Amino acid sequence: MSAVIDHHHADHAHGPAKGLMRWVLTTNHKDIGTMYLWFSFIMFLAGGSMAMVIRAELFQPGLQLVQPEFFNQMTTTHGLIMVFGAVMPAFVGLANWMIPLMVGAPDMALPRMNNFSFWLLPMAFGLLLSTLFMEGGGPNFGWTFYAPLSTTYAPPSVTFFIFAIHLAGISSIMGAINIIATILNLRAPGMTLMKMPLFVWTWLITAFLLIAVMPVLAGVVTMMLMDIHFGTSFFNAAGGGDPVMFQHIFWFFGHPEVYIMILPAFGAVSQIIPTFSRKPLFGYTSMVYATAAIAFLSFIVWAHHMFTVGIPITGELFFMYATMLIAVPTGVKVFNWVSTMFRGALTFETPMLFAVAFVILFTIGGFSGLMLAIAPADFQYHDTYFVVAHFHYVLVPGAIFGIFASAYYWLPKWTGHMYDEVLGKTHFWMSFIGMNLAFFPMHFVGLAGMPRRIPDYNIMFANFNMVSSIGAFMFGATQLLFLFIVIKCIKGGPKAAANPWEGAEGLEWTVPSPAPYHTFTTPPEVK
Amino acid sequence: MLRSAMTWLVGLSLSAVGSFANAEWGVNMQPGVTEVSQSVFDLHMTIFWICVVIGVIVFGVMFWSMLMHRKSEDSKPATFHENLTVEILWTVIPLIILIVMAVPATKTLIDIYDAEESDVDILVTGYQWRWQYKYVGEGVSYFSSLATPRDEINNVAEKNPNYLLEVDNPLVVPVGKKIRFLITSADVIHSWWVPAFAVKKDAIPGFVNESWTRIDQPGIYRGQCTELCGKDHGFMPIVVEAKTQADYDAWLAEQKEAAAKEAELREKDWTLEELVARGEKVYNSACASCHQAGGEGIPPMFPALKGSDIVLNDIQEHINTVVNGRPGTAMAAFGKQLSEVDAAAVITYERNAWGNDTGEVVSPLDILNFKDGQ
Repeated sequence: MSAVIDHHHADHAHGPAKGLMRWVLTTNHKDIGTMYLWFSFIMFLAGGSMAMVIRAELFQPGLQLVQPEFFNQMTTTHGLIMVFGAVMPAFVGLANWMIPLMVGAPDMALPRMNNFSFWLLPMAFGLLLSTLFMEGGGPNFGWTFYAPLSTTYAPPSVTFFIFAIHLAGISSIMGAINIIATILNLRAPGMTLMKMPLFVWTWLITAFLLIAVMPVLAGVVTMMLMDIHFGTSFFNAAGGGDPVMFQHIFWFFGHPEVYIMILPAFGAVSQIIPTFSRKPLFGYTSMVYATAAIAFLSFIVWAHHMFTVGIPITGELFFMYATMLIAVPTGVKVFNWVSTMFRGALTFETPMLFAVAFVILFTIGGFSGLMLAIAPADFQYHDTYFVVAHFHYVLVPGAIFGIFASAYYWLPKWTGHMYDEVLGKTHFWMSFIGMNLAFFPMHFVGLAGMPRRIPDYNIMFANFNMVSSIGAFMFGATQLLFLFIVIKCIKGGPKAAANPWEGAEGLEWTVPSPAPYHTFTTPPEVK
Repeated sequence: MLRSAMTWLVGLSLSAVGSFANAEWGVNMQPGVTEVSQSVFDLHMTIFWICVVIGVIVFGVMFWSMLMHRKSEDSKPATFHENLTVEILWTVIPLIILIVMAVPATKTLIDIYDAEESDVDILVTGYQWRWQYKYVGEGVSYFSSLATPRDEINNVAEKNPNYLLEVDNPLVVPVGKKIRFLITSADVIHSWWVPAFAVKKDAIPGFVNESWTRIDQPGIYRGQCTELCGKDHGFMPIVVEAKTQADYDAWLAEQKEAAAKEAELREKDWTLEELVARGEKVYNSACASCHQAGGEGIPPMFPALKGSDIVLNDIQEHINTVVNGRPGTAMAAFGKQLSEVDAAAVITYERNAWGNDTGEVVSPLDILNFKDGQ
């Protein structure tokens, strides 16, 4: 640690380099954080455009705009891009910017690796998106890419898809190592583990999840690669392989993955709600333990995604009970947030609006999750629009509202300007209404029997699909407003104080706004 | 009681939209038509109401705080931030609620898994993109494909009420009998779902999954494939026709008779026109979804047959491809799916359609000889 400080001491007067090479070569956590955030927003718009294609095709029954083979490429790449390109990099961007500021570190522990892990991402997603223009089209087997549809029956571009996943996975693993190293080694004196802000805690746990499961994902896609090109039969029943094993391995990665996408949002919301309630977070210790409990449980519930594959009844019961258990620590978190608000002095600036909507709508997603956990009922819900509604409720107003809340909360620190509050609130309300219009009716069509991943449907599902599409268009268009708000805030606006929020606490608010290029070159003292 | 309350609530929330009676605004699962699917429905409603009650309490406290504890209401923030008793309470109470939920769920699940002592066994095989039904021990087997005309899908003709939920040959079963489904797949993973029975089981190559139902009322029940299985995943519906025992027996006898006739056809002396006419039907049911009705295919995944070198010149390779498929590609071995007559008809059709005017006839005996020679 002392070596790092010495290094920065020598460079003390240096600001950022000029020109494009600043961004290519930077090892500065703030620069890299910014790049991660911009990258994820671009991916959010790309994945969102695909969602617009999907919703436009589903606006009415019948095939209008696209053919089924292209529709499948849209659903697949929409999912892949939103999961690996938008949500995960956005949280890594927030971690890069905020974790050193929150623990009083001068930078991330491994700055050069930090640069590499970012620059792998544009390569990975450039590769992935290029498959859409290849002969035979891009990946069309769903973001869960079940074998053998993704192996024997896949388009030739599947190899590029596999390498894109490898690259994104390497990037995630390096990002996670960096975050763990920073949190465990670079905390300011006096910052004990149980004094860390919750955002840091949730990211620490998330990073361990990433290290545990990204290699599993790399393993499963490598086995696919072998099946496709080297004549192995890992997932080919005709060669003695097992297509169900693919799903076990995929979901052993996939279930912790969904917590990777939500735990950092839990952390961010646990910073924001106390600030705008002007009251300390209720049950800090139980929040930490609840996060750890969720992370542990996330490893032993994977087969609840596979209730219909024909698992023996004892297995089915185990995964049902284990899944139901997740409701307990998740409930603890929701109760703690509500208790934090209870008897506070609340104001509703944009970050708080997004955070409160997060708690309410994520809880609705949690309720449908509990319903899905009940195996016999899941036989009816599985692979219908009810599931689509469920995971969009935990991902859109969950992960993505968490990211918006964080962005508004820390924009003053990043840019030195206050964002436009009226526009911010407009962004919130349009997103809130659009998102609920888009996703709530999906519960209805799912229960009424509409399977997911279909380009066309019976006329009995027509009305709610039209409502969904209108809501989706509204939500999608609204995100351009967010782009405008951010650019406006970067360009100017009222000067932000070091601590622009009345109730905010933490080291990040002790440095000026905008945060100088180098911060905490001498560690702060934490009492 | 629960159901009537649900209906009331839903009616209330939708009265603004109007036309609640219309099924197109349906918001809930259909109540079951079998004992199992009814208990699944009850389970669904029980959990739903538990969630509603918890939601009302949690969101109630939250909205109370948002309305009464605003800074603008001159609210002074309290400073409490920990209370072990409430933390323990809100860990233990949800745990108890979960146990209460788990008991009926376990009971229903055990019931669903008991596929023993069935009266009728049906082997359901998923293909891209249709279903095959085989009545085990009866010698009756047939394919069931989408019957909705392309014109309705392409918005040329008006869509009928069973749009995308209609097939040429429905699965026929007797009422009041325990019917066991043995579910598997010949290519990718599919999933066989009939909501009215609460039966949804994945059809997986190399595995035979089990599920069962006992239907009380004669009727027509519709479902769909629910596991993404490629291009036409949205176009492989399931239709089950439940008949009284007498009607079922009559239907089964008819099928057996037709199967016997089919065997005779193999020996028949076929003309080109007869084979082409029969082959066109087979082609549209088994081949057109990939190779397209006009034979142009979707290269590179699904090659064109129109003007294809093999189709125009190499009869043996053509028969070989149809009968044995192309391992490692989406081309299945149709030798097991099609009778010799159908295989001969479809090959003859391909060699004479879309300007492939070879004038050549491949007879059922040619196919038989090819298979024997392997």
